[in-house]
Amino acid sequence: MVGGGIVVFVSLGPTALFAQEGANRLFVYPKDYNAYLVIGKNGRVAVFSGKIEMGQGVLTSQAQMVAEELGVSLASIDMVLGDTDKCPADMGTFGSLTTRMFGPVLRAAAAQARVELVALAAQKLRAAPDSLLVEHGTVFVAGQPRRRVSYGELSRGAKIVRTVQSDAILRSASEFQVMGASPRRLDGLEKVTGAAKYAADIRVPGMLYARLLRPPTHGATLLQLDTSGVEHLPGITLINHGDLVAVLHTDPEAAEDALGRIKTLWQGSATKVDPESIHERLVSQAATLKTLAKRGNVAAVRSNVKHVFEATYKKGYLAHAALEPHAAIAQIREGRATVWASTQTPFPTRDKIAKALGWDPMQVRVITPFVGGGFGGKSADGQAIEAARLAQITGKPVQVAWSRSEEFFNDTFDPASVVKIVSGIETSGRIALWDSVVYSAGERGAVACYDIPNVLFRSSGGASYGPPGPQASLHPFATGPWRAPGANMNVFAIESQIDMMASAVDEDPLAFRLRNLNDPRMRRVLQAAADAFGWQPAAAPSKRGVGMACNIDAGTYVATMAEIKVDAASGRVQVIRMVCAQDMGIVVNPEGARMQIEGGITMGLGYTLAEELRFLGGDILDRNFGTYEIPRFSWVPRIDAVFVKNDDLAPQGGGEPPITTTGAVIANAIFDATGARLYRLPMTADRVRLAIAALSADCSKSFSTPA
Amino acid sequence: MKRPISFDLNGRRVTLDADDGRTVLWVLRTDFALTGTKYGCGEGVCGACTVTVDGKAVRSCLIHLKDIERRRVLTIEGLAHNGELHPLQQAFLEHGAFQCGYCTSGMLLSAAAFLREIPNPSREAIVSHMERNLCRCGAHQRIVAAIESAARRMSGPS
Repeated sequence: MVGGGIVVFVSLGPTALFAQEGANRLFVYPKDYNAYLVIGKNGRVAVFSGKIEMGQGVLTSQAQMVAEELGVSLASIDMVLGDTDKCPADMGTFGSLTTRMFGPVLRAAAAQARVELVALAAQKLRAAPDSLLVEHGTVFVAGQPRRRVSYGELSRGAKIVRTVQSDAILRSASEFQVMGASPRRLDGLEKVTGAAKYAADIRVPGMLYARLLRPPTHGATLLQLDTSGVEHLPGITLINHGDLVAVLHTDPEAAEDALGRIKTLWQGSATKVDPESIHERLVSQAATLKTLAKRGNVAAVRSNVKHVFEATYKKGYLAHAALEPHAAIAQIREGRATVWASTQTPFPTRDKIAKALGWDPMQVRVITPFVGGGFGGKSADGQAIEAARLAQITGKPVQVAWSRSEEFFNDTFDPASVVKIVSGIETSGRIALWDSVVYSAGERGAVACYDIPNVLFRSSGGASYGPPGPQASLHPFATGPWRAPGANMNVFAIESQIDMMASAVDEDPLAFRLRNLNDPRMRRVLQAAADAFGWQPAAAPSKRGVGMACNIDAGTYVATMAEIKVDAASGRVQVIRMVCAQDMGIVVNPEGARMQIEGGITMGLGYTLAEELRFLGGDILDRNFGTYEIPRFSWVPRIDAVFVKNDDLAPQGGGEPPITTTGAVIANAIFDATGARLYRLPMTADRVRLAIAALSADCSKSFSTPA
Repeated sequence: MKRPISFDLNGRRVTLDADDGRTVLWVLRTDFALTGTKYGCGEGVCGACTVTVDGKAVRSCLIHLKDIERRRVLTIEGLAHNGELHPLQQAFLEHGAFQCGYCTSGMLLSAAAFLREIPNPSREAIVSHMERNLCRCGAHQRIVAAIESAARRMSGPS
C-alpha cells in the first residue's frame, strides 16, 4: 500500500508469473531492513540490492527511493548492486519489475529503518518521537535545531535493532522530495569518463584470456578434432575436456590466433528450416493451445456478425544485440569462486556456476559490474559458467569474453511467431467477437484490452526464461526473453487488426478504439497522446501517414502515435515524430522514465523495420552488425514522452511498456500513408514496396466478408 | 615484428616492446589497462572502440601498433583535462545522453573528432556523422542534443 495506508512488511516472493527456469529455490526478500542498508559512522549509507544496472537507470531510482524514505541526501548513498555475497537474494532484473516489485520492499526497509532511528534519537535527545524531524540523515527537535544527532552517531555502523512495534508508512507522492524528481544519474560520471567497469574490464593478476571452440551450427556434432597446431605455441594453455575445448593466453589476440589453428570436422544437423518455412512449422507443430481468456460464444456469434475479418500475422527471430557481448572473469581462491559477470541474474548465475563446479552455492560469489545492455538476453549465463569451469581446470583466473560472432551465435533469440485473428464488428462499429491464437510468441500482451462480449484468446508456447524447454524442438536454436517478450508481436497483431476494422467501417482509429473500451485509465492515456500529438480525426487511409496503437504492459498503460513518410519507390519508411503517453502510476524519476520511452521506441524501430535473423536450420547467418541492422541515428524520430499523472497508484513498469506499441503504430501509419497493410514484421523497405505495388495490381482487394 | 614502438598516449609518451602487428584496441585494454575503449564488434562497424589518432577518429579494432607509431593517440581516459571534463562529457551528463554506457566512449571520441573538424555543425551533419556509431539502448536523441550543446559551448559566445 502506498500513500495513506499502513505498510505491512511482508516477504514478497515471486508468483508463478515471475517463475524462473531451473531455480530450485524461491527468492524471497528478507524481512530485516538491515539486509538492505547499512549506515556508516560517517553517515554514508550503503544500499544493497540484488538488481543490476544495465542502462535502465535503477542504480539511481533505487537510491532515490531510499533517500526519500530514509531521509538522507542522494549524495550520501553508495549503491551496491548484484553482489551475491552482500545483497539480498533476487530472482534477477527483468520484467520491468525492479520498481514495481522490489521498490516497495526497498522503500519499506528504508522507512522502517527511519522509524527505528527516530526512536533511538528520541531516547538520546530525551524528546518525544513525534517532536523530531529528519533532514539529510540528521534527526533534530523541531524548532530546536541544536538538539540533534546524526544517523551515523545513532547507528555507529552497526545493525539497527528493531524496537518499534508498528510498521512504517511509506511517504505519499505529495511529500516527495527525492522521488518524483530527476537528479542526474549516479552512474553518469563513470560512464562519460570511461571509468565505468563492465565484466570484460575487470583485471585480476595472473589472468588468462580464453577463446572457446564453437560448433559452426547449432546441433552440429564434432567428428574430428586436431589440436596439434596449438599444442606447442608459446604461452598457450590448451584445455580439452570433451564438451569444453579452449585455448588460453595472457594476450587475448594470441588466444584468438591459436583458436584459428585448431582443425575440426563437424557433422551438421539435418534441420533445414529457414525464415520462410518456420511459420508453417510453428503452427503445425504447436503444442496444445492454452485458453487465456474466454467470454460469450465466438463460434455462435461468428455467423451473425456483420463484418468478419481474418488475418495471419508473422514475425521472425530477433537477436538481442546488446553492444556489450557476454563476458565474465572467474577467480578461484581458497575453495571459493568469485565471478564477475555480465548478467541480469547474478543469483541464478551463482547457482548455475555452483552446479557446474559441483559445489555448494555458498562457495560461489557473483559480482555484477555495469552491464552494457541486457534486454532479456543476459540471463542464460553461458559465459559465466565457461569462465568458472576454465578457472577450476587451469587453476588461474580466466576471462571468457564472447566475440560478436559468438554473441550472435549463442543468443537466446526472441522466437519467431504467428498470430491468427478472427474478429467481427457490428454496423455500429462495436467489436462483437475476437478469436485469436498466438503461436510461439507467448502470453504477454496476447489478451486485447477492449470491451468485447465474445472472446477466445489462446496461446501455445513462448520464450522460456533460460535454456530451451519442452518447445525446444520447435526452434532450431535457443530462444529466450527479449524486451517485453511476446508483447511486441501480440500488440502488432491486435492493434493492426483493430486498425483494419476501423478503416473498414470508415471510422477514425482513435474514435473506434474509444468506442470499444470503457477503461477510464486507457481512455485518459489515449486522450493525452492525442492532445500532445495533435491528432486530427480521419478514417485511414488518409494519406497523412499517421497511426496509433495502445497497450497495457507491466501495469503501465501506454498509447503511442506516429507520423511517418513512406517512399513508395523504395518502400523506405522514415518516422518523423512520435508521441508516447504513459500512465505508470507514481513516476520515480521522470527523466529516467522519458529515457526508457525514447530507448524503447528507438530499439523498437529495429524489430519494426529491419531486424530479422537469417538462418538455415541451426546455422546462424547473421554474425555481426554489418548484416543484422539495428536502428541508427538517421532512423530516430522526434520522440515526445507524456506522463498521465496518477499518484494514487504505486510505481509501475517503465523499461518495457514503451517498446510494445512500436511495431503496431508504424504498421498503422504505413497503412494510413499508403493503403497497404503489412502483416509481417519486420516491415522492411522491400516488403513495404511490394505491398504498395500489390495494391495497385489488385484494386478490388477486399478484406471484409459480409455475413 | 617485435620491436619497441613509441607513441603519445593521452599526452604521455610511451614505448611498448611488442609485435607491431598487434591490434591497438587490445593493446590499450590489456597492456595499458585502459578499459574505457570497448570491444563491440571487432569489424569496425559499431564504433565502440573509437579513439582518435592525431585528432582523427579511428576504430582501434582495425588498426595495429605500427599504425600509431609516433602518433598522438587519445582515448576516453584522456578526454578530460586536469580533472576538468571535456565540454562533450559535460553535455552528455547534462542531457543524460547514455543508458548502459557501453557505446559512450566511442560516441564521445567520435564526436570530439567531428567537432574539431566541423565546430558549428547542423543537426543533419551531426546525425550523418554519428550514423557510423551504434547504440542499442536508444540514447540517440539525447546524444545529438548533447553534441549540439557542446558545439555551442565550445565555439564560445557568438
